[in-house]
Amino acid sequence: MTAKAAFYDVDGTLVRTNIVHTYAYYAMNRGTLSGIAGRTLAAAAQVPLYAALDLVNRKWFNEYFYRAYAGLSEDRLVVLGEEMLEDVLKPAVFPKAKDLIDEARRAGCRIVFITGALDFTVAPLARLLGADDVIANKMQFVGGIATGKVIPPIIEGANKAHAIRDYCVRHGLALDQSFAYSDSFSDYAMLAMVGRPTAVNPDVRLRSIARAYHWPVLDLR
Amino acid sequence: MRPLKTLKRLYDENNQVVVTEKGSPPRVIFHGEDFLLEDLPLGTRVVFARLPLQPVPNPKAAIRWALNHPEGMDPLHALLRPGMKVTIALDDISLPLPPMVTPDARQTVLEIVLELLADSGVDDVHLVIANALHRRMTEGEMKRMVGEKIFDAFYPDRYYNHDAEDPNGMVELEHTAQGEVVAINRRAADSDLLIYVNINLVPMDGGHKSVGTGLANYASLRAHHNPKTIRDSESYMEPSKSALHRSTERIGRVIDQHLKVFHIETVLNNRMFDGATGFLGKREEDFTEVDRLKFEVLRYTLSKLPRVAKRKLLMSIPAPYDIIAVNAGATEPCHEKTLEACWRQYSVPVQGQSDIVIWGVPYISPYNVNSILNPLLVQVMGLGYLFNLNRGIPLVKKGGVVILCHPAYDEFDPEHHPSYIEFFNRLLPETRDAMVLEHKYEQEFATNPSYVHLYRKGHAYHGAHPFYMWYWGENGRQHVGKVIVAGAENNHVPELLGWERTDTLAEAIDLARGAVGRSASITLVKSAPILQTDVRL
Repeated sequence: MTAKAAFYDVDGTLVRTNIVHTYAYYAMNRGTLSGIAGRTLAAAAQVPLYAALDLVNRKWFNEYFYRAYAGLSEDRLVVLGEEMLEDVLKPAVFPKAKDLIDEARRAGCRIVFITGALDFTVAPLARLLGADDVIANKMQFVGGIATGKVIPPIIEGANKAHAIRDYCVRHGLALDQSFAYSDSFSDYAMLAMVGRPTAVNPDVRLRSIARAYHWPVLDLR
Repeated sequence: MRPLKTLKRLYDENNQVVVTEKGSPPRVIFHGEDFLLEDLPLGTRVVFARLPLQPVPNPKAAIRWALNHPEGMDPLHALLRPGMKVTIALDDISLPLPPMVTPDARQTVLEIVLELLADSGVDDVHLVIANALHRRMTEGEMKRMVGEKIFDAFYPDRYYNHDAEDPNGMVELEHTAQGEVVAINRRAADSDLLIYVNINLVPMDGGHKSVGTGLANYASLRAHHNPKTIRDSESYMEPSKSALHRSTERIGRVIDQHLKVFHIETVLNNRMFDGATGFLGKREEDFTEVDRLKFEVLRYTLSKLPRVAKRKLLMSIPAPYDIIAVNAGATEPCHEKTLEACWRQYSVPVQGQSDIVIWGVPYISPYNVNSILNPLLVQVMGLGYLFNLNRGIPLVKKGGVVILCHPAYDEFDPEHHPSYIEFFNRLLPETRDAMVLEHKYEQEFATNPSYVHLYRKGHAYHGAHPFYMWYWGENGRQHVGKVIVAGAENNHVPELLGWERTDTLAEAIDLARGAVGRSASITLVKSAPILQTDVRL
């Protein structure tokens, strides 16, 4: 049988959270009252800017948004990542997400999460849902402290498609036999890259594209 | 004043074959969600269904009698003991067509059987819909099928759809001598008694096919749902001439060795239409002025509605079927009696084959209840069901022409038929060869996790199902020389199916005559109501 993979976007596809929820969890667990207040208020104040950036360009949004992590320590982020799985992510996993992943595994697919979230936030979830690999953004740390910059290339949009292609080449997987799942039109490139794309809980634009290209549409909610 | 000849015809109700003469009325022909009213060339033979047989006077009494006098088994009450585990499997929504007026025959049977089980101290009872790789029935459909009281008592924990892809929900028994996989629903396999409640509408259904297909999985169905088996079947509506049935019999016999299976088979008459649409069950010669008026009103109404509304309207009209026979007991002796009743209702003797056969394709098939008759289903209706509704000798001559009346619209239901969409748009442009399709793509579709998920958690037909639909038309495709879709609204759907198209039925007949000769014999088969031609050569 041809080796193939199933690539899953995470936020909105497998879980109902997104990177803002994740950051909010870190902000709310800053350790000191002033820290919590400072980061939460700063994040809240920038909501309109985040929204505008997300609308215009997901890459700009990610780059700008991850600056909020600057100054947080690496070990703290890793520990909080584990705690966040229990407190935030586990309850947010869509009820049928595990079934979909299990079905892909039974079909002989390698399970890969591909997400614009940061690796330390996704790793525990990947373990929980049984992913074989994670392709995620990596925060730059200097002296164990986050700089707020993401190591390029930022995993989003067209870069997700490149990452999938590279992954398939590296692991000897057939791209045209592989599956990709996403909820967002911003992942159109990644969906178009594989032979078997599927829209999951799609937004309006992706639903319309999926119908036009005869892609299956799933609802995991 | 009607001439004497016409009056005589009016009272000759047993004549199912009428030859078109000068003065014959135009024929009402199904055309998807619309109707055609067509004058046919002189000499055209028109085959009608038999009149509905008289129902059993008291269905509940007939069911009780069958349970107490089963074929080849002890009466049901004698098989029961307190504390035993019983599973009742039910035919799914693909039968009958259209769905019957309530109470459904399955509800009537269940009301009696469940009472008997309760009286015998049997509490561990599950109701499983034997939907095989068909879509899961919705909650509303499930309630309608068994009635509110049973639904409330059993749903959802003890009344559910079979899941052929549940990794823990299937059991593989030994293979048949021919190496066919025998796999069935685990709950059924673990039960002390499996009761199968069937509705027999056509002779293809029931018997070993009930459990061996309805509760099976993809691996088991592959044994007979393949193009070779269909090619080897002279007609899969005639079990004695069907390789499909020979395979299901082998599988069913293995199941019967491992499980105690008690069948309850009901046979319905062909009273598909009543009231405002009752004229559809009549010959046009027998139409009254009121019938003509009803037809014109229906046709006018449909012509003013968008297709979605037409579909909704037509799907909302239930069929007033009656039960004409109930048999129970062991698989083979019970089914033998069921088939006899089936043929009494459906079999219509016809003298000789035809060069050209015309079928109106209605809005509904077993696979699109409450959904769209998409192009693959038009294909399965034409070259599958309608072509195979014979007793071993096709009505159309080898190399002859089939004319199907349908708009052949390019519409699919993404909820019920997602894998059909890919099959139609990706695979058919590459090849129509069923063997190639099976070899290259069936496995891929069957294991596609998106399609598996949509089958298990949504209401989609399994990823392998569009292939079965294509295979179902295989012996029709091998037999006929040409298929013409009369009234097709586009070019590309007929082209992808390998067919030709015309705007009207008259043009289709002209085109067909061009292929098989001006003196070609023509037969119009008026179904629905369903009929099975018994061609005598």
